[in-house]
Amino acid sequence: MTGIRTEPITINLGPQHPSTHGVFRLRVTFDGEEIIDAEPVFGYLHRGTEKLAETRNYVQIVTLTDRMDYLASMSNNLAYVRTVEKLANIEVPERAQYIRVISAELQRIASHLMATGFLLNDLGALATPLVYCFRERERILDLFEMLCGARITLSYMRPGGVFQDAPEDFWPSLESLVGDLPHYLDELESLITSNEIVLARTKNVGLLTDEQAIDNSISGPNLRASGVKWDLRKADPYEIYDRVKFDVPIGAIGDTFDRYLVRILEMRESVKIIEQCLEQIAPGPIRANTPFFIRPPAGEAYSAVEGPKGELGFYMVSDGGVAPYRCKVRAPSFINITPLRDMLKGWKMGDLIIIFGSIDIVLGEVDR
Amino acid sequence: MYGTGIIKGLGITMKNLVIPSRQFNIHQYPNRKASPADLAKLEEKNTISFLFSNPIKSVKALVGLVTIEERLPQHARFRGEEFAWYDQRCTGCASCAKYCPLGIIKIVTDTSGANLQEGQSYDIETFDIDIGRCMFCGLCVEACPYDALHMGSGFEEGTYRRSELVIDVERLRKADKKPSTWFRPQLTDRGHDPIRGSQADWDEVGRHEKPTGDQQRDRWAKR
Amino acid sequence: MNYLPGFIDFYTLYDFCLTLFQNFGFGDNAEWLSYLTAGVIISFIVINLMILSTAFYTWFERRVLGRFQVRRGPNRNGPFGIFQPFADVVKLIMKEDTIPTEADRPVFTLAPIALVAPTLLIMTVIPMGESSFLGSLNIGILFIVGVTSVNSIAIFMAGWGSRNKYAILGSMRGAAMLISYEIPMALGITSVLLMSGSLAMTSIVSSQDIWFIVVMPLGFFVFMAAATAEISRTPFDQIEAESELGSGYNTEFSGIKFAILFLAEFMAPIVTAAVVATLFLGGTKGFDPIPGQIWFVLKMFVVIFVLLWFRATWPRLRVDQIMGFAWKGLFGLGILNIFIVAIEIMIFRTEEGTVGTSNMLIMSAINWVIAVVTLLTLMRIYGQKKLERPIPVPSPLANMGVEAD
Ligand code: SF4
Ligand code: SF4
Repeated sequence: MTGIRTEPITINLGPQHPSTHGVFRLRVTFDGEEIIDAEPVFGYLHRGTEKLAETRNYVQIVTLTDRMDYLASMSNNLAYVRTVEKLANIEVPERAQYIRVISAELQRIASHLMATGFLLNDLGALATPLVYCFRERERILDLFEMLCGARITLSYMRPGGVFQDAPEDFWPSLESLVGDLPHYLDELESLITSNEIVLARTKNVGLLTDEQAIDNSISGPNLRASGVKWDLRKADPYEIYDRVKFDVPIGAIGDTFDRYLVRILEMRESVKIIEQCLEQIAPGPIRANTPFFIRPPAGEAYSAVEGPKGELGFYMVSDGGVAPYRCKVRAPSFINITPLRDMLKGWKMGDLIIIFGSIDIVLGEVDR
Repeated sequence: MYGTGIIKGLGITMKNLVIPSRQFNIHQYPNRKASPADLAKLEEKNTISFLFSNPIKSVKALVGLVTIEERLPQHARFRGEEFAWYDQRCTGCASCAKYCPLGIIKIVTDTSGANLQEGQSYDIETFDIDIGRCMFCGLCVEACPYDALHMGSGFEEGTYRRSELVIDVERLRKADKKPSTWFRPQLTDRGHDPIRGSQADWDEVGRHEKPTGDQQRDRWAKR
Repeated sequence: MNYLPGFIDFYTLYDFCLTLFQNFGFGDNAEWLSYLTAGVIISFIVINLMILSTAFYTWFERRVLGRFQVRRGPNRNGPFGIFQPFADVVKLIMKEDTIPTEADRPVFTLAPIALVAPTLLIMTVIPMGESSFLGSLNIGILFIVGVTSVNSIAIFMAGWGSRNKYAILGSMRGAAMLISYEIPMALGITSVLLMSGSLAMTSIVSSQDIWFIVVMPLGFFVFMAAATAEISRTPFDQIEAESELGSGYNTEFSGIKFAILFLAEFMAPIVTAAVVATLFLGGTKGFDPIPGQIWFVLKMFVVIFVLLWFRATWPRLRVDQIMGFAWKGLFGLGILNIFIVAIEIMIFRTEEGTVGTSNMLIMSAINWVIAVVTLLTLMRIYGQKKLERPIPVPSPLANMGVEAD
C-alpha cells in the first residue's frame, strides 16, 4: 500500500445534523472511518440563563429553569426551588414534597425513555423504538398536563412547595400508569435488550472506566454505568427520598450498552418509588406561606438533586433583594460530555453517533 | 442463543401492529376521518339506521372521505392562548404586567371616563398581550390580585403576521371567556371544562369565598 | 394456469408492428421501424408501470411503517392518503434544483440517471406471465446480475460528484458494500441455476414444481440477506445511514434529481421482491382461478412486507460488521449451500438432467435439516462468545453504601 497517499479528513458533525440532539457541533477528524480526533464545539443554544436570572425575581426564574433541560423541566424546577428554599430557610409541607418527588420521578422516566428512544434511533432502528418510547412518555405528559396545565415547560414548582394541588382525576390515572409502566418496559426491553444487532453495536463500545468517570466528574446514569454506586438520592437524601426504598442499579464495565441498561433499570426503580409515594402521601397543605416577592437574607446556597442526566445543582447568591445576585448552574449534560474525546478515539463513524447518543445530553442544558 | 433476540423483536413489532390498544394515542387534527358510526353518533342515531337513511354519506365515510372536526382531549387545566380577561374585575393595577417575566403585557390606564365617579377603578385604554412572545407560564394570572386575568384554553392562534399575535383590549373584551382551571380548580366543582367550551362569568372566577369579617380581622391583626 | 390475455412482450409487439408496417407498404423500412416502435412502446410501458408502482410502493411503505410504529402514516390526500406520492413528486419537482459550486457537474447530473436505469432494466426480464417484457431472454438471470452491479458505480458517482464529505463517506461505504454483497448474491443465484438448469427466467419459474425456498432454505437465506444489502435496507442501510451521514450519497441532491434518486431507491425493493418471487417463490405459479400475474404480485407483496417488517424492527449494523457478515458468514453459507445442492443433484438427477418432484421433496427435507443444524450451531457458537457479561460490582472508588446505610 505504498503508492496510495491517504490523508485524514475533518468533518464538522453538526450543528445541523440529525443525530447531534440539537445544535451541537463536533469537529471530528477521520482516518477513513476511524476517529483520530474529536473536538466538541458548543454554544449555539446559549441564551444566558444565568445572567437573565439576575434580573428576575425568585418565582420568575422557575420559568427559566424549564428551558434548560427541556426534557426534564420538573427536575430543573425541583433543583432550583430547593436552592431557594435553602437560601431563604423555607419549610416545605410534606404533601408538597411527595408531589414533587412523584413528579420528578415521572420526569426521570420520561427523560430516560427519550434517551433510550433516541439512542435506538441513532442505532438506525428507524424510529420504531423511538415511537414506542414516545407513546409511553405521552401518558406521562398527559399526567403533567393534569398537574399543571403544560406538557413540556411546566413551571409547576414554587419556592415553598408546588403551585397547585393535583386534581382528583390525577391519582387514578397515575395509579394505572404505574401499573402499566413495568409492562411497557418489559416490551421495550424484549425489543432492544436481547437484540443481537444492538448488542453487537453497543457492547464494549465507548468504554468509560470508573476512574475516568470520577476524574471527569461525570454524574448520573453515565457514572453508575461505569460501576460507581453513587446516587444523590441515596448519598444525600433530599425531600422524602429517605422514606422510600429503592436500589441504585449499576453497570458492569461502562460501555454503551451499560449506559442503556442502567437507564432501563432506573426507570423500574422510579416506578417503585412512585408506588411507595402513592401509599405514603397524605392530605395536607401544598405550599408554605411564602410572600409574593421572596427576599432571602444575604448569603449563598448550593443544592443539588439527582436529575435524569446527573447531578443538577444550583448555586445562588443573594444580596437580600428580590432577585439573586448570582446564579450558577451545575449542568450535568455539560459536564458529562467532558470525556467525549477520550471515549470517541479509535472508534468508527457509526460508533461516534451511539456513544454520543448514550451520554444523553440536552443542548438546552449544555449551552444554557 | 444468538439470533433469538432479533426474532423476538420481530414478534414485538408485529404485536404492536395488530393490537389496537397499543396504538399511539393519535387524534387526527384538525379534522378526523370519520367512520359511519361516528357520523351516526353526531346525528344521534344508531349506526344501522344511519346507514340506511344516508347511504351515500356512509359509503363516503367508509372510503375515508368524510371528516369531522375534533380536538385532542385535554385536561381542563391546560394553559392555553386566548387569555380570559374580565373587564368587570380588572382595576388596571398592572400587577400582571410587572410580574410577567418577559414584560409583554402593556397596560395604559386613564382616570377620566365612566368609572371616575365611582372612584373604584381605572379606565383601561390599552391592554396588549403579545402572545407571540408569551410562554404561557401563567405568572401573570398568579399575580393578578383581583382574579381578572386567566389563561385561556386554546392553541389555534396561528396568524400570518406577528402583529396579529398581539391581543388588544377590544379582542380581550369580546373573546369567549373560557378560563383554564389551572388557577381556580374550584371551577371544576361546578362542572366547568373549558376544553368542551363551557364559559365562566366574571363573578364565578374569584379565588376564594368571600372572607368573613373575623377572617379579615385576623389577617390584619397578624400583619 | 391461465394468464391475463393480451400481456405485452417485445416480440409479440414487434410482430404486430411488422405486419402493420408491411401492410402500409413500408417495405424494407418496416423492420427497423417496427423495431423502433415496439421498443419505444415497451420502454414507455415499463417505465410508467414502474414509476406508478413505485409511487404506490412509497405509499404502501409509509403506511405499513406507520402501522408498525403505531402511527397512521400518510392519510390526507385522497382516500387513505393514496395520492400522497404524487403530492411529494410535485413538491420535489417544484423545488429548486441546486448544484453545489464545487461539484463535478456532469457526474453529478448523470448519477441519478445512472442509478435509475439499471433498476428499470432489470424489470424487463422479470417474467410477469409466460414471458417477460423482453420476451424470454435466455440469459435473464445473468442479465440481472450484470445490470445490478452498475448500481455501485452510480452511487459512487453521486457521492463523488457532489463533493461533500458525508456523500463521499456514504458512497465509499456503498461501493465497498455493494461489491462485497454481490458475491453471496451470485452464490445464492448459482444454487438456483443448478436446480433449474437454465439461465432463462421463464424456465427457472417452470422448473419450480416445488418452490425453491422449500428446496433450498439456506440459499434463500443467503440470497435474501445479500439482496437486502444490495438495496441497502435495514439492517444494512449503511449507504444512507441517516443518523450518521445525514443522508449519505444523496445529501447534496435536490429537486428533480433527488426525485429520481428517490425513485431509484424505492424501485429497488420492488425489483428485488420481483426477483426473489421469481427465483424462490415460484414466480407466477399458483393455482387456477387466480391468474398468474396476481399470484406474482401477491408474492411480491409478501416479500416487500417482510422487508418492511425488518426495516421497522432492526437497528443497523456497523460498516465493518456488515462486511464481516458478508465475507465470514454469507460467503461460507453460500458455498456450503452450493456444495450440498450440487451433490444432491448429482445423486438425484434423471437422464435428462432434471430432478423429479419426489426427489425434490427428499432434497428439501435434507436441506432443511442441514440449514437448521448449521444455523443453530452457528448461533450457539456465536452466542457463547458474545452474550456473556460480567456481573456488575460496585467500584471501590466511591463508597456511597457506607455513608447512606
Ligand atoms: S403567561 Fe407568562 S409570559 Fe405570558 S403574559 Fe403571562 S406572565 Fe407573561
Ligand atoms: S388583570 Fe389583574 S393584575 Fe392585570 S391590571 Fe387587571 S387587575 Fe391588575
